[in-house]
Amino acid sequence: MSASDHLIPVVVSNVVEVNPIIKRFEFKHVNGDELPAFSGGAHIVVEMLDDGTKRKNPYSLMSSPFERDQYAISVRRDDTGRGGSKFMHEQVRPGMEMKISAPVNLFSLDLRAKKHLMIAGGIGITPFIAQMAQADKLGVPFELHYAARSVSQAAYMDSLADRFGDHVSCYCDDQGEGVDFETLLSSQPLGTHVYVCGPKGMIERVVETATHLGWPAAHVHFEHFLAPPVGEPFEVHLVKAGIDITVGAEQSLLEAVEASGTPINCMCRGGACGQCETAVVACDGEIMHNDHWLDEEQRASKQLIMPCVSRFRGKRLELDL
Amino acid sequence: MTIQFKDESFRGDFSYANSPSNIPRFPFPFPEDEYMYSTNIEPHHAARAGSPFENAFDVDEHYVAEMKDRALVLAEDPGRCQALPHMETAGWDFVELVMVSKARDYPDLFKLTMDGDRWHWINKPLQIDDTFTFGDSSTLPCHPMEYIGRQVQGDHAILDQRDGNLWLDAGIITAQADWSLDFDVGMNFFEWHAPVPLAHELGVFQRALKFLLTLPQGQPSRRLNWTLTVNPRLDTSPENYPKWGPDRMTVTPENIGEKVHLRVELQTFWRLPRSNAILFPIRTYLMAMNEVVTQPKWARRIHRVMRDLRPELVEYKGLSRYHPILVEWLSQFDDGAPTSPGIFPD
Ligand SMILES: Cc1cc2nc3c(=O)[nH]c(=O)nc-3n(C[C@H](O)[C@H](O)[C@H](O)COP(=O)(O)OP(=O)(O)OC[C@H]3O[C@@H](n4cnc5c(N)ncnc54)[C@H](O)[C@@H]3O)c2cc1C
Ligand code: HEM
Ligand code: FES
Repeated sequence: MSASDHLIPVVVSNVVEVNPIIKRFEFKHVNGDELPAFSGGAHIVVEMLDDGTKRKNPYSLMSSPFERDQYAISVRRDDTGRGGSKFMHEQVRPGMEMKISAPVNLFSLDLRAKKHLMIAGGIGITPFIAQMAQADKLGVPFELHYAARSVSQAAYMDSLADRFGDHVSCYCDDQGEGVDFETLLSSQPLGTHVYVCGPKGMIERVVETATHLGWPAAHVHFEHFLAPPVGEPFEVHLVKAGIDITVGAEQSLLEAVEASGTPINCMCRGGACGQCETAVVACDGEIMHNDHWLDEEQRASKQLIMPCVSRFRGKRLELDL
Repeated sequence: MTIQFKDESFRGDFSYANSPSNIPRFPFPFPEDEYMYSTNIEPHHAARAGSPFENAFDVDEHYVAEMKDRALVLAEDPGRCQALPHMETAGWDFVELVMVSKARDYPDLFKLTMDGDRWHWINKPLQIDDTFTFGDSSTLPCHPMEYIGRQVQGDHAILDQRDGNLWLDAGIITAQADWSLDFDVGMNFFEWHAPVPLAHELGVFQRALKFLLTLPQGQPSRRLNWTLTVNPRLDTSPENYPKWGPDRMTVTPENIGEKVHLRVELQTFWRLPRSNAILFPIRTYLMAMNEVVTQPKWARRIHRVMRDLRPELVEYKGLSRYHPILVEWLSQFDDGAPTSPGIFPD
């Protein structure tokens, strides 16, 4: 079963233009019911009915986990994408009814931490806004280091600095500012956990620096806002369903399977949760593994694929679906 | 539907028994005529009115007596209830889940009124009427997990999720089939399952863990596990082995039908919202062999399962002592006729 079988009907209660590239969307339950409780770092999957195409994108919840009457997400407009974020920016208006999944957390705070050190890049700020509300309420020390391209793109920088004062440090590339990861990570008290969400390069640098400084791997947490990469179209044979499907250039394998009406599990749609793991029955060609789930050995075996983000190039691919 | 709660004991004179009407609703654990470990997890949907799968937390005629037995165990050994410091939020998630579910499913027995964080809880069978502030442990007489754990049948473990694993960081465990919370607390999924034979090689635990790590909120799952216990004793803990171990020597062909009990655990898995932890209720149902064999399908099937059980499982489940006598005794109820699929009686 997949999380998307249990969608929650919501109404868009507010749309706020935060800056030229980011909009905030607020949702309430259509019946006015309370929405499910969640923990900081959780995301929801938003279903978008875009002129006949059904899109499903994950977005981190940025509202306080202690607020149950509404959820808020912030979406960065990505004009090179397949249109999910564009749809949100251009089509979604207050009063519109939409469907969302229950919250899923693949980036939760480690509740044993003596201190939470949070590092955000760009739109990667969203999960931390909810986490800070949580850490604040639990009374656990935390510190946010938030970097953005430019002052005009630095969503919520001012309001966060107002709300959390000294806990927040801001850096803008266009002001020549940047986080000194080496100094930051080498000056933390024992028992600190570090969390990073942002561009791939930033996540890699934080993880590398922490590893180099001897941080235990269990104290280093990250989340990629991975979007399903596009590529060449390819054919797949679904063995149980007994059908052949074509995955379009701008479609993910998961989306193509769903469009064919074949049941498949999924949750994060971003290669992180493991739900969509599918057995490969036959593979004559190369699987482009784009997930964060399978290990090297599993990838090399060509026996498993994560259809939400991974693709195929070659003669024939048969899946156990 | 009102439930007639029984006054009975799980120790001493062992007056525990199932009413005739309670027998067919027993969660018989064998869907087929043979048994082997598997990743037998299915959605915990409401299923079959009257069955133990109908409600989120099943309440039956043994509720009040089981809660009394739990209180006795905790009074003797407070170590049966432990929570590491970071598990308080999870304790509150557990309180909410049980209260909301029971008030919804058994409105004649339980009542919950919420006024913001001010909650009023009435548990009629246990004569509890409390008001407290949700999330503020100082407004409860004890840790939230212990408070609600004393009001819900079955043992409860709470697993913290981190580093791609689950950690047994809290539990209220007084009715366990020979494992120790004190020993397992702080362990991860593979560590606490280490003593189980064969299942590791079959990849059962690898698959089960992957599944649990992505368990979504609002979509609980369940599985059944089983063993046999001599006398209807809930507390078969390693700590108390001297009290129940020797019971196994008392089994004879004459008394086996009343002495040996099929012990079934209805295990459910729940993602908790605020802590992102997993709640693992282990609800134990006990039924004497004499009661099992009143259902012809169960009688035939349990004979076949016991007869063909792998020696490693006979050993691990601690049945070696009386297994041959049991198979012999059960054979009188098996005429070789085929059995229908599934666990419910015909
Ligand atoms: C756990 C999680 C949480 C997330 N939280 C947030 C959040 O809080 N806020 C947020 O804004 N986003 C978030 N995301 C990302 C979000 O889900 C979407 O991926 C993002 O909004 C872009 O969606 P899209 O449909 O517009 O573009 P997508 O089609 O998903 O495309 C995204 C990227 O794919 C590439 N691409 C796509 N099509 C083409 C093409 N034809 N040619 C070349 N390149 C192409 C581009 O690099 C583009 O930037 C999150 C992702 C995950 C996994
Ligand atoms: C996440 C919550 C779980 C907890 C806390 C838990 C705990 C335990 C414990 C303490 C034991 C006894 C081990 C011993 O001998 O000391 C056990 C046994 C076992 N567990 Fe789990 N378990 C969990 C989930 C699962 C799942 C999802 C499966 C799925 C297959 C599973 C399969 C088994 C099996 C097959 C045994 C052996 C039981 C027997 O033969 O009696 N467990 N478990
Ligand atoms: S849906 Fe989460 S890994 Fe594919």
